[in-house]
Amino acid sequence: MTTQLLKVTNLVKNFELRVNNGARRKKRIVQAVTNVSFGLEKGQTLGLVGESGSGKTTVGRCVLRLIEPTSGTVEFEGQELGSLKFEELRALRRKMQIVFQDPFASLDPKMTVGASISEPLVVQGVPGDHTDKVIELLELVGLAPDHAQRFPHEFSGGQRQRIGVARALALNPALVVLDEPVSALDVSIQAGVVNLFEDLQHRLGMSYIFIAHDLSVVRHIADRVAVMYLGKIVEIGDQKAVYEKPSHPYTKALLSAVPVPDPKSERARQRIMLEGDVPSPVNPPSGCRFRTRCWKAQDVCTQEEPILMQRASGQMSACHFPES
Amino acid sequence: MMGEKVMQIRDLHVTFDTPSGPLEAVRGVDLEVEAGELLGVVGESGSGKSVTFLATMGLLPTRAHVTGSVVLEGEQLIGASAKKMRDVRGRLLSMIFQDPLSALNPVHRIGDQISEMLHSHQSLTRRESEKRAIELLDIVGIPQPADRARQYPHEFSGGMRQRVVIAIAIANNPKVLIADEPTTALDVTVQAQILEVIERVQERFGTAVVLITHDLGVIARVADRVNVMYAGRNVEHGTIHSLFDHPSHPYTRGLLASLPRAGKQRLKPITGFPPNMLQPPSGCAFHPRCEFAADVCRGAMPELRQIDDLQSACVRAKELPRAESFV
Ligand SMILES: Nc1ncnc2c1ncn2[C@@H]1O[C@H](COP(=O)(O)OP(=O)(O)OP(=O)(O)O)[C@@H](O)[C@H]1O
Ligand SMILES: Nc1ncnc2c1ncn2[C@@H]1O[C@H](COP(=O)(O)OP(=O)(O)O)[C@@H](O)[C@H]1O
Ligand code: SF4
Ligand code: SF4
Ligand SMILES: [Mg+2]
Ligand SMILES: [Mg+2]
Repeated sequence: MTTQLLKVTNLVKNFELRVNNGARRKKRIVQAVTNVSFGLEKGQTLGLVGESGSGKTTVGRCVLRLIEPTSGTVEFEGQELGSLKFEELRALRRKMQIVFQDPFASLDPKMTVGASISEPLVVQGVPGDHTDKVIELLELVGLAPDHAQRFPHEFSGGQRQRIGVARALALNPALVVLDEPVSALDVSIQAGVVNLFEDLQHRLGMSYIFIAHDLSVVRHIADRVAVMYLGKIVEIGDQKAVYEKPSHPYTKALLSAVPVPDPKSERARQRIMLEGDVPSPVNPPSGCRFRTRCWKAQDVCTQEEPILMQRASGQMSACHFPES
Repeated sequence: MMGEKVMQIRDLHVTFDTPSGPLEAVRGVDLEVEAGELLGVVGESGSGKSVTFLATMGLLPTRAHVTGSVVLEGEQLIGASAKKMRDVRGRLLSMIFQDPLSALNPVHRIGDQISEMLHSHQSLTRRESEKRAIELLDIVGIPQPADRARQYPHEFSGGMRQRVVIAIAIANNPKVLIADEPTTALDVTVQAQILEVIERVQERFGTAVVLITHDLGVIARVADRVNVMYAGRNVEHGTIHSLFDHPSHPYTRGLLASLPRAGKQRLKPITGFPPNMLQPPSGCAFHPRCEFAADVCRGAMPELRQIDDLQSACVRAKELPRAESFV
């Protein structure tokens, strides 16, 4: 039996951009996230993939209420976050943490590692001396207790990312949003950090939203995968279905663009080349947002927005002419 | 013609004066670029990939101390005058970088920037260079090149800018194009387009391309031969198929084994951390992280040696068990 930890329904986030156009000041709306819905079960990992600007980070930040969604609901352990009072939200927030991409920017250089790790405990008003907890957390992420007295600049990228993880785990969260947590690390270091995430989930049972543009890492770690394009989920389902039988043309193109480290299959592969770049989220295309780059687009794709529908392999996809 | 060597790097050393003391970023690199080939250079950040090729371009800051030899088309580039290097750059040797915007002038039209590059090495009329600039934009896949030539860099997307930078780099048909992480800042669908442009240039003009990347997938896709760098040294060299089929050097093996692949259960990281280049480990700099390390590895710095069809700088290469194949 699995239980649902998180339920996101019709999440929308628009950013207002003020553009100074000479004398005239124009307001523009960036449609960063549009009608995004998904669920996440306890102890599971949802991978969020898509190209730059597709809205992955914005979804993560809305879920943690680091920013206010424009509309839509986020239910965490059955409670709708938007309906909570400030104090209630604060109490819930300790169960939801985030780890950022850049292990260099996310730690305060003037704070010892120990102080950084115990900071969330202090902020949440957890009483007492946190020395033992800090040591426990350092050991949990594979660092040594005496690292607590040192400063971030004395550590490598992979070690700093571990410190960021220890900090995120200080309050025993039920949900951790990992936003590109290994992208800034060297290949030889990435594998160790990915293993760490897996081990911690195994031991502590938390759920992850794993945001990444590296599709092979997501394939490795995620149970379910959501593919985003220009603020919308175009395909969502079990990792195996999405990777082995992609239904949305964009998913198919994205997977075919990722080079795999095997020269024989790389050279034998039939590749789908997408033309152009992702359009601006200020003026997304009508109908299907992918239509300007889609090789299957028909008139109906311009006029009617495709909705997410269940497909034969189990996943949902939003396309008038799905691949499967 | 394949096999003919256009650029030869011998015993290249680059040392920077830093506030914490001298830092030897490149510690004796030997490497050859063959005419018309696509040579991949991989290695983790700080391994000396960029510094090696900035040295060949004469683009290092003056506080860098460079020794060794770089011969391009019979001419020695190390120690050459600034004037000579200006003549070499663009005509024989070009380099493009991760961030295309930094290579473009924001206040000049795209077409003019290409023309300027043409004029610096060829005597062409204004008409001819304009025509050639539009042709070049077409070659790198810019739609409506005549209109686009009149636009400015900010009117182009990231992928389009990288195409423009490639057009400028190949304007004078150089022998060697060095591409330093040219797709790292781009989305994968755009990366696929840029790699295709690079391959097209290589095939159409016979330009040798040196592609520097940390992405072994990119290497597997486009490279003919590969150099693997670690701690300022070239530690392994071979054809793409040999290197992926039976990597010799333990660092190469470790890199290939650490990657996530479909159906793989547990990832296998390389233990330890990349070296501090202010105090690199003695002997084989990989020894603190190597599962095969022995006393012999801590003595002299190992040189590249022929091991079957690969060149490996592992002193124990002959004794090691055969590696897992990655093809
Ligand atoms: N504070 C903001 N103000 C205005 N626009 C924003 C803001 N934050 C994000 N956006 C825009 O919203 C869109 C989605 O951004 P988001 O950061 O969520 O993308 P992402 O998928 O995480 O991309 P990346 O892979 O580059 O991290 C982008 O067009 C971005 O420019
Ligand atoms: N201008 C510079 N001054 C001092 N050190 C430098 C400079 N450029 C590079 N380095 C150092 O040289 C080493 C190799 O750098 P680089 O060639 O850029 O590595 P990469 O393989 O990532 O391209 C690194 O330790 C780097 O910090
Ligand atoms: S709806 Fe039309 S344009 Fe959109 S992905 Fe499907 S076929 Fe392509
Ligand atoms: S020389 Fe020794 S330490 Fe270096 S890679 Fe070979 S076995 Fe490992
Ligand atoms: Mg992001
Ligand atoms: Mg570099």
